[in-house]
Amino acid sequence: MTRHDGDRGLLAVAACVTAGVAALLVLPLVALVVRASPAALAARLVQPEVLAALQLSVTTSLLATALALMLGVPVAWLLATHRFRGQRALETLLDLPLVLPPTVAGLALLLAFGRMGLAGGALGAFGVTLPFTTAAVVLAQVFMALPFVIGPVRAGLFAVDPRLPEVARTLGASEWRVLRRVTLPLAAPALATGASMAFARSLGEFGATLTFAGNLPGVTQTMPLAVYVAMQTDLEAAVALALLLVVLSFGLLVALRALDPSRRSPRAPR
Amino acid sequence: MLRAELHLERGAFTLQASLAVPAGAVLAVVGENGSGKTTLLRALAGLERPDRGRIEVAGEVWCDTASGAWREASERSVGWVPQDLALFPQLRVHEQIAFGLAARGMRPGAVQETVSRWLERLSLGSLAQRRPHELSGGQQQRVALARALAPEPRLLLLDEPLAAHDPQTRAASRRVLREVSALHAGVTLWVTHSPVEALAAAAQVAVLESGSLVQCASPDEVVRAPGSPWIAEFLGLQRFSGQVLARESGAPVRVAVAGGVLHAAEAPEAAHTVSLLLHPHDVTLSLAPPQGSARNHFEGEVLELVPEPPRGDRLRVRLATRPALTAEITRQAAEAMALAPGVRVHASFKATALRAIE
Repeated sequence: MTRHDGDRGLLAVAACVTAGVAALLVLPLVALVVRASPAALAARLVQPEVLAALQLSVTTSLLATALALMLGVPVAWLLATHRFRGQRALETLLDLPLVLPPTVAGLALLLAFGRMGLAGGALGAFGVTLPFTTAAVVLAQVFMALPFVIGPVRAGLFAVDPRLPEVARTLGASEWRVLRRVTLPLAAPALATGASMAFARSLGEFGATLTFAGNLPGVTQTMPLAVYVAMQTDLEAAVALALLLVVLSFGLLVALRALDPSRRSPRAPR
Repeated sequence: MLRAELHLERGAFTLQASLAVPAGAVLAVVGENGSGKTTLLRALAGLERPDRGRIEVAGEVWCDTASGAWREASERSVGWVPQDLALFPQLRVHEQIAFGLAARGMRPGAVQETVSRWLERLSLGSLAQRRPHELSGGQQQRVALARALAPEPRLLLLDEPLAAHDPQTRAASRRVLREVSALHAGVTLWVTHSPVEALAAAAQVAVLESGSLVQCASPDEVVRAPGSPWIAEFLGLQRFSGQVLARESGAPVRVAVAGGVLHAAEAPEAAHTVSLLLHPHDVTLSLAPPQGSARNHFEGEVLELVPEPPRGDRLRVRLATRPALTAEITRQAAEAMALAPGVRVHASFKATALRAIE
């Protein structure tokens, strides 16, 4: 009986805390929606600056997602299928963007690829200047998004039954064919998860972009930067932009849940 | 023709095998769990690299550690059906069968023709558009066989593809397997747990024990002279372990076993402990004391009568003799003697019926 009562107490505490957390997450969103007036919202959304920021955010985030996949998938494949010396050190290094404050990452990128940076001189010799360009926005986004691709894709590739690539090999398939026809299709949910998370991370990227790429409207001013700038002068515009970001991010989250069965809530045992 | 000499070490496990199987023949591979059956198949497929050895199939050298020759799995003409079948979960039945053909560079038109031929051969035509999870166990098996056979491999490796299924499916699978051997011109290696299947379908039986190939012989030879205690029990033979008591030239060897003394015609020289094998059908039962020249004679009660599959006209009779014996007799003989549990009988067999193994 006591044990049962104890369980109930724990359940009550957990339920209360969960309700509080839900409120904590929902309240700001509600505040955002309540604050926006539909008429003003529609008017702001067609403003050239808003449209420019939206277009820049979506194109750079898509580009960054594609690049993060192109770079992240081979790394994930190597980590999932091979054992080599220094692997743990490499894995720790690859997780670095997860723990690095984004502004620090942006500063580090500037010191590496800036005009006076370590690799900046070499880039300059080829006539390439990165800082304060749209390319810098994408580079900052890729830098921050890579762990979100490598992690899930690596886990997804690792979970593929090793018997399947082996059977494919005995059927005469080259390693490329095994990857293309067997391993990657089976890891498709993980690829989708990685891509969505990379896109969401890129869409929300602020600190690294601001420090490395700057805040030039139409060139490097993405949606999160535009929200921040608008807040100083025009709260209505900030709210409009913010709502747009919320819709994009939330839609992505819902899509992500639908794609990947492992992320659905576990069924309660009967 | 397959010729293989393999030596492969993986931690504490060592696989040591030497095989020669003619084209068109089926070699059944039997052995306990962990005896190296799967490893043997994987080494032949090119999925494990032997530390020393040579594999030659139809005149092509696939592996020769002496010369450094090595062909990857994808460059060997093998069809492999692993124990769990390993069908590609995302592909439809016709795509599974086409996989090996396309991978080997067959042009699309020819792939389509070959796939429909194999769909028909293994009665899979109506299932061509299904995915593996929409198939029964037996259907999945046939798909895995079709996928392995379609590229017409020189070497077909079947790793207990019939293991996980119920008796009906197994019976159907045996039929399929017979058809498969008819459809397959190359060498077939077939790992199995079932002695009946091994002896019925294979030209040769290879016995693996703790990674070593202890016997590779015809089914008749394996039954007559099992190469290891394990295969003897696997075949339903009785095994007695004991001490050699006395050796006199010209007379049978007396061996003390649990519960009594046996007279054996042969025993390894200078061996103090020995294992003796006895076929239940070499044991004669009678109600009166036996009149013949059988050197081994015991008396005791019948414990139980068990029909001996697959031929239901024979019975295994377990006896409370010392040592405990099992006789195999016809149903008619049992009825003639009115055998039932509790009836006292005389059991006898010749000294030559006992075979000694190391």
